[in-house]
This record gives sequence, C-alpha cells and structure tokens, in this order.
Amino acid sequence: MRDFSYLRATSTDAARQAAALPGAMLLAGGTTLIDLAKCGVAEPDTLVDITHLKGLDRIDVSERGATIGALAKMGHVADHADIKSRFPAISEALWQAASAQIRNMATIGGNLMQRTRCPYFRDPANFSACNKRVPGSGCSAIGGVTRGHAVLGTSDACIAMYPGDLATALVAFDATVHLGDRRILVDDFFLLPGTTPDREHAIEPGEVITAIEIPGSAAARRSTYLKIRDRQSYEFAAASAAVGIEFEADGRTIRDLRVALGGVATKPWRARAVEAALKGKVLDPETVRAASLLAVEGAVDHGANHYKIELAPRVVARAILKLGETA
Amino acid sequence: MTVHTRHGDALDGALAQALGGRLSRVDGPAKITGAAKYAVEQQLEGLAYAVLVESTIASGKVRAIDTVQAEAAPGVLQVLTPDTIISLRTASDWFGTPPPDKPYCPLARDITFSGQHVAAVVAETFEQAVAAAALVKVSYDETPSIVDLSDGKAGDGIPIDAMTKEWGDAPAAFAAAPVRICAAYNTPREYQAPMEPHGLVARWEGDHLTVWEPSQWLDGMARTYAEWFEVPFENVRLVSPYIGGGFGSKALALSHGAVAASAAKMLGRPVKLVMTRQQTFTGYGGRAATRQTVTIGADRDGMIQSIVHRGVNETSIDGMWVEPLGSVTSIMYATPNFSSRQNVVRVNSVVPGAMRAPGENPSAFGIESAIDELAYVVGIDPLEIRLRNYAEQDPHAKKAWSTRQLREAFAAGAERFGWARRSPEPRSMRDGNQLIGWGVAAGTYPVRRAYGEAVVRILADGSVEVESSSIDMGQGTYTILAQTAAETVGVPADDVVVKLGDSRFARAGVSGGSRLAGVMTGAVHKAATSALDQLVGLAISDPRSPFHALQANTLVVAKGRIGSPRGDGPDVSIAELLKSVGRDRIEATGDTMPANSTAEDRYKNYTTIAMALPHTEGDYSRYSWCAHFIEVRVDEDFGTVRVSRVVSALDSGRLYNPKLAESQWKGGIIMGIGQALLEEGIMDRRHGRIVNNNLADYLVPTNADIPDIEVISVGIPDPHSSALGGKGVGELGIVGVAPAIANAVFHATGKRVRDLPITLEKLI
Repeated sequence: MRDFSYLRATSTDAARQAAALPGAMLLAGGTTLIDLAKCGVAEPDTLVDITHLKGLDRIDVSERGATIGALAKMGHVADHADIKSRFPAISEALWQAASAQIRNMATIGGNLMQRTRCPYFRDPANFSACNKRVPGSGCSAIGGVTRGHAVLGTSDACIAMYPGDLATALVAFDATVHLGDRRILVDDFFLLPGTTPDREHAIEPGEVITAIEIPGSAAARRSTYLKIRDRQSYEFAAASAAVGIEFEADGRTIRDLRVALGGVATKPWRARAVEAALKGKVLDPETVRAASLLAVEGAVDHGANHYKIELAPRVVARAILKLGETA
Repeated sequence: MTVHTRHGDALDGALAQALGGRLSRVDGPAKITGAAKYAVEQQLEGLAYAVLVESTIASGKVRAIDTVQAEAAPGVLQVLTPDTIISLRTASDWFGTPPPDKPYCPLARDITFSGQHVAAVVAETFEQAVAAAALVKVSYDETPSIVDLSDGKAGDGIPIDAMTKEWGDAPAAFAAAPVRICAAYNTPREYQAPMEPHGLVARWEGDHLTVWEPSQWLDGMARTYAEWFEVPFENVRLVSPYIGGGFGSKALALSHGAVAASAAKMLGRPVKLVMTRQQTFTGYGGRAATRQTVTIGADRDGMIQSIVHRGVNETSIDGMWVEPLGSVTSIMYATPNFSSRQNVVRVNSVVPGAMRAPGENPSAFGIESAIDELAYVVGIDPLEIRLRNYAEQDPHAKKAWSTRQLREAFAAGAERFGWARRSPEPRSMRDGNQLIGWGVAAGTYPVRRAYGEAVVRILADGSVEVESSSIDMGQGTYTILAQTAAETVGVPADDVVVKLGDSRFARAGVSGGSRLAGVMTGAVHKAATSALDQLVGLAISDPRSPFHALQANTLVVAKGRIGSPRGDGPDVSIAELLKSVGRDRIEATGDTMPANSTAEDRYKNYTTIAMALPHTEGDYSRYSWCAHFIEVRVDEDFGTVRVSRVVSALDSGRLYNPKLAESQWKGGIIMGIGQALLEEGIMDRRHGRIVNNNLADYLVPTNADIPDIEVISVGIPDPHSSALGGKGVGELGIVGVAPAIANAVFHATGKRVRDLPITLEKLI
C-alpha cells in the first residue's frame, strides 16, 4: 500500500480546509474508500477522517421533512421509527442495501459518494482503459461483460451503472444535499457521464456533505422501495424502484406520484414520464403497466444487460400496484 | 492441533457421546471464541511477506520483467522472476507417477492463462510487498487465446478412452425407440470459494522445511514439497490444524506454495504468502465448465431402452483434468443399451480441479434433467418414471449394490414433501405473482475407500489420546474420532483428546472423495481395540493388578472403569489400574493396510491416491444415494427463482454422528442451490479473463436465499463399504440439487433451462 497522510478533522471547517488539499479524500465509514484503495482505484495522498466530528449524525424528523446528518449510519437511519413511518421507501432502500455489517459502518454522506461496481473500473491492473478512472483512456466495458451495466443515461465514454439504493429513493422525493450552506437537489448532485465520466458528483474540492434533507409529503408517507436482484440479500439491484403515491379523496385517483429507478442507469433515475402519465388517472393494473413502460424510454442496451429494459418497467408497475393495494 | 472434548450442551450428554450420537462439534468453541489458530496466523520471528504478480494476458510469452522500481521500493527484500527464483525439480502427480526429469519453475515465462503467476515480491511488511508488486512491469508478446468451450478455435478436443462406457447397441436401440429425447446441458466454471483463502507460512531450518498451510492432504503435499526441493520426505513437516473450507481445492501443493517456500529458502527467513480473493479465482482450478448431450430412447410407458451420452469438459493448455461426466449417467437407471464417451478441450485457463463431487455433480445435472424431460414427453410423473427404471444392480459393473436405499429415499422424501399433492401440469400451481414448481432429482456418490492409520494412547490419568495427520475442515473429524475412540475403549468422549493436522502424526491419505470418516473411524477403531486389548491384558496378567487373582478370561471397560463382565470382583478406574501396574501409558498404532505391506506400500498409500480401493472391487458396487424434493417460487414478472422448500432423503449408510452428517448434507444442498441459481465465472472474451473474481460479483447463497432444509437419513449400516458401516457423506448432498431445481423451474414456468445458473434473464 502507498504511504499517505492521515488527518483527523477536529471541526467541519478544518475538514473543508483539509479536503481542499490536492489528493485529499474524506474518510467516514470507509466501506467504499478502503475497498477501492485495495483495488488500486483510490490512491489518496491524504485521508481526512471526519468520523469524530460532533453533531453530524443527527436524525431530525418532523411534518416538514427529515434532516439526516452526513455521519448518521445507514443502519440507524433504516431503523429510525419516524423515518420508517414517514419515509418507508428510505428505510426500505437502506435495509435492503449491502449487509448488516456494512450498514453499521457506512454513513449517509459516504453512501452518496459510493462508486460504480463496474468490474473494469475496479481492476486497473488488468484493464487500463477506463474513462472514469483515467479520462480519455477509453471504456473497457463497452464490448465486454455488460450484464450489470446501465441502460439509461449512458454515453460513448461510459456505461457504468450507479449501484446505490438510498439515492434512488432520495431523488424520488426531491431530497437535497447540504454541502455546508450550499444546497443542491440530489438529482442534480449526481452527474451524467457524458464526456466526463470521471466527474460523478457536483461537489467541489473543499466541500463537505453535512446533511441530507427530504421534504415531507403524502407520497413519501405512502412509499416503498422494491429491489429485484439475483441474490436475496447482500446484492446490488438488477432493477429497483422507489415509488410514492398520494390519492385523491376517492382513494383511487392518483394525485401525486414519485418514481425513481435504481440498478439500470448511470445515476439515480427519476422517471418523470411515468409520473406524468399516471397523475390524474385512476389506478388500475393495465394503465399502470402501460405507463411504466415509459420508465425506460430512450434505454440503450449492450447485449447482456438487455433484460434490464424488460425488467425495470415491471418492477415499477409492481411497486405502484403494491402501494395501491394498501389504499 | 489438539482438541479437547468440552461442552455444556445438555444434548451432548452420555447418549450423544456414543458413536452414532449427536455430539456437537468439539472444535466449535475454539472457532467461535477465536482461539482456533489457522495456518497462516502462525507468528514467527523474522517473518517476511510475499505477494504474487499475475499475468494480465491469457496467452503468449513474457518478453521482459522490469523489476527496477519494485526493487527500489521501501522494505523490499527480493523480487522473484523466472530468471531469479531457484530452480526446483518437477514433482510426481497424485498417482505417484514418476515425473519427467526436468526443472520446475512456479513462475511462468510461457503464459497459458490470465492470472498466471509470473513474479513475486518479498518485503518486510505485507503493505510494502503489495505496493512493490504493483511496480513490477511485465511486458508480453501476446498470442490468440482459446477462451472457453464455446470458442470457435476450441475444436472437439481429445477423446478420453478410459471414460468410455458402453454395452448393448445404444445408437440402434435409440433409433428404434418410439419415444426419443435429446438435449444439451451446460455447466459453467464454478469456484470452491472457501472462506479461508489459500496461503501458507514456510520456514527452512537447514534442509528441513516446515509449512503451515491449510491442507486436505498433509502427506501428499509434504511429498510434493520434498520432491520440488529434493529433500527427504521426512524433512518436510506440514501443519494444518484447522481449515476454513476446502471443497476439494486444498488437497494439492500448488505453485504459490512453491513460490513461498523458494523465497524462504533464498532469504533464509520464514515467508508468508496469502492469495487475495481475486487470485483464488486463477491461482488454482475450480470446477471445469462442462457440456453434455443426453439422448434417451424409451417405450411409451417410459421404460428406458437406450441412453447415448456425450460429454466434454475444459482443461488447460498444458494440464489435464477429466471431469467424469458419465459417472451418474451409467449407473442411475437400468437400461439394456448404453454409450457414454467423453472428450476434453484445451482452453487458456488454469487447470481445473476438484470441487465437491467432481464428475457426479455435473453428470447428475445432465441425466436427472433428461429423465425429467422424458417424464413430461411420455406423461408420467417424474418420481414414477424414476421408480420404473430403478436399477436393481449396478448396470455398468453388473454387480449387486452393497446397499442402495434409493427407493426408500424416494418414498420417505415424497411422503414428507407431500409429492402426491403435486399438480402435474407445468404452470398449474401459483400464489399471486409467484409460479410454484415442484421438482425431484436423485443423486449418488461412490464410496471411495483407502487404508488408514492412527495412534491411540491410554494415558496415566485414564484419558485417551488419538493422533492422526488427517484433518478437520469443518466436517467433524475431531468429533467423530473422539466418539470412535471413546466407544471402543469404553471411556466418555469428554475424556478423549484428538490431535490432527500435523504430518508428524500417524500418516493419512487424502481427505477428499468423502472417504475420510470411513477410513479414519476404521483405523481409530483398530488402534483403540489394540490399546484396549493391551489394557485388559495387563489387568488380567500383571501380578500387581487387582484383577490378577480373579483369573478372568476377559474384563469390561465402561465409562472409564474396569470390572469383570458379571460385575463381581474389583471395580477400578483406568488411572488406578495403570498406577497399580506401574505404567504411565498404553500406546497402540492401528493400520488397516494388508499385513504383508512394505514400507514402500505404506508410503505410496499415504502420499498418492494410487492405492485407493475401487468402489466396485469384489462382489459389490458401493455408492451413497439421495433424493431431493424441491419447491421453487418463480416471480412471473421478474424471473427470479427462490427455493422455498427442500426435503432430501439420503443414504450414507450408518451415520457416526447424525448431527454432523446432517450438517454436511445441508451444506451440500446449499452449495447446490448456489450452483443452480447463482454461481458462474463470467468471462471477458476479449481478454480471456474471469471478471467476477470476487465474492461481491461471484455470488454464493446468503442465509436469505436458503429456506428450511429437511434431511432424512434412510441409510442402513453397509458392511461392504467401511469397517463400521458408513458410506460417504460430504459430497453426496450437492449431487442432484441443481437438476431438482431446474426440474422445479420447468414445472413452475414451462421453461426448461439447460444452462446453469438459472438467472432471471433466462426466465423473464
């Protein structure tokens, strides 16, 4: 392992200053960073340990919404009673992610910074071409093993899938990331690969994620996260859907609908076309299934990942119909 | 390692301690508390760390290795390349075939697969070795590779005539049969994925080598090290107290071991080398990918007239691995006409190796899927068609079965599972979005037998000590040998200490092919009987013994005490008796070798597999048997398959410890669920490289994937299979699970998946 400096930040401001140093990376739960360092992908010169910062692990939930400190553990948020009752999709996305051991270590802020599982990205010794790792070097995944790669939001430079669950639920409910005083929608925080897949997040050197804020809503309260995968636990999504719904007083007509997809796109993927097609409609299986097909509009497969285009709309439809059943 | 039998579980009382009792694993507490020390946890003064550098191409030659930067890196002690590593001598294979007289280099110049070891860095710390290994620059002259069986360049391969099994006129009978089915079945590369990765600590003292290494075969591996380094066999000591899973992958000394032991010799310091998880996918072989074609000709009532079977498995460019694909095909069903042939195809892969039930496992996937297909074609229940074609004797060897409780297994499993309530039509059972399917398949594994050796001592305090260089990789050797010695001598199992995993102990052959329990209980029983005879002999004949005046012909030993059979006369503890006759111990070596065996025979028996006894030797054909009944739920929208119920009935003969046997059966079934639904090495065809070489991407089942599994023992003691009546346990459970699941998936969905694993995109 390369030598690197280790700094323990004593305040958020100190963390910001240290994080601005060239080659500096923030260390929270370490579940992604240490893994990537072992793969030879992350090679920090300085690790800035923020785990000792006070007050960044608070979870505040009210009528207006939830504010979750960046250092709150995934496991704690998943089990939080008010998160479960007011934001079931958030809790479900969290407890279906990773393993219990990882959820007990990993933080919410770090979770947003989770990187792709693309095997070519993760193996620099064998695959030198990766635009995400080395801009301009090419993409080893295109033409290779693509079963787990994205079908939405891809570019000629990168087809790496965003693997997280939590952020999928966050974009469905218009959550924002707090970077100190700067606020940005989670949807905007994640960047499309385009020609610069190395740039994944709208975060500048010296910025530190301090919290995530999720507005309260009726749709968030009646929400779910449906995750379909090869293995029943400890496995990334083949396709997933975060869905929230609010009915009119008749209990059948859809007033508000939120849909986001995981496991199929280069970033957490809000399916606004599905939402628009169903708002104002009476919930019925055929209508829902037809509208759910809009979730993969514009999808492009690379052979082995074609099944995701079939699968994702079915996952969306099932999630919406499941919420309808509880009406 | 020494394991004392200590436990507080009420179920582990006197009844549990007898052979056949449900004694909990005696090594359990040490493992749970972390006290159990595994081989590479050995702490030694001056230990240096080696890290391997692997090829990044699948075929070609190493043009040059630039070690300048690596050598200059902090802490680096040496950089080994084919040019700088000491020359070794080629060792014999596991049959003991004399090797060609040529040097052996564990670092490759000629590259035949991606991930081949080409260099190694040794440094003061592990971290320094890792950093420096990344600085070794290898350049190659690359040549086209053959990536796998489906590669256009792979060809038909090499016929393996020894695998041919034929009787009757199978092609003609097939052509004449009114019902004919023909299908091809494929299994991918699968990996043992033991929790404990491969690794070792090697230390030289003069020309004596000690290797701490997880091993399924201490004496076999010691022989290989001795031959590589041209030192006497006695100079090599293997130590392997606990093994964190082997599944066939830890039976042989491998090239990484040669690298570490060479580095230790060159440096004059002990060296530790542990493979990364990624390296375990290419550092040694997993299960070979296979392709089988099964054709069955039958009457309209489902009676089989002919089976024609053709199998192909992959092997490496310069190694030979034959996965016997006709092994189950040739014995499961009675057929008057049969033909099975097999080829192997060379591909740019590490040479494949043994993985739980090599041969029988993929073989069963072929024949047990095919007979299910036949059942639907003729419209007969899949269980009924198996009974109609039941083989009353070994159809290939034409010998009587030693015992075959397969009919009983079908009956017991079907009853418990509720098979009679099955709706025969595919897609006819559902629960909401879940299509439900019920499948059945049979499995079998031959009883592999060998000669064994053990030392049993009765010590001054009345306790009993058992010594053997055999091993416990989690299957329960420590426990059942304590039970065997306890029952034979007549002491509680609590008073037995079992020492295993050190090649200085009594010799032992390979712990593979489910043979260990049968071999070792026999050897321990023989040694313990001899020790008991000595004890009783002393008690009767020694003038100082309290029994001397009794003039008895015999005495009984029970619960650690000695008395007369009628209960009259003295009653003393073993310790008291030994004290009275002035002995501090009684020692007996028992071996089950023929009486006239030479020292050379013994060496050959324990360091090769050449003296294994054929399972069809003499008048009988010896196999373990099982029947799996499995329920799956397939989501009709998502194509996800979940196993929701398993009932398996198994015939492993007499069980020495039902709790441990059941645990092994269940472990096999769980591994079979992984094989059916999850496991597959995924190849980047451009690079000839497996890209899912880690446990996040190579999926094995989690607890959430496994339902309650019910196992039922239907075995009876089989005197022809082992000294104490047991047959094989460890491999049996996995055989037949994958076809039972594939058959259940067909019943659920109407889709026949003939390529493992059954992933969602094949059903969506």
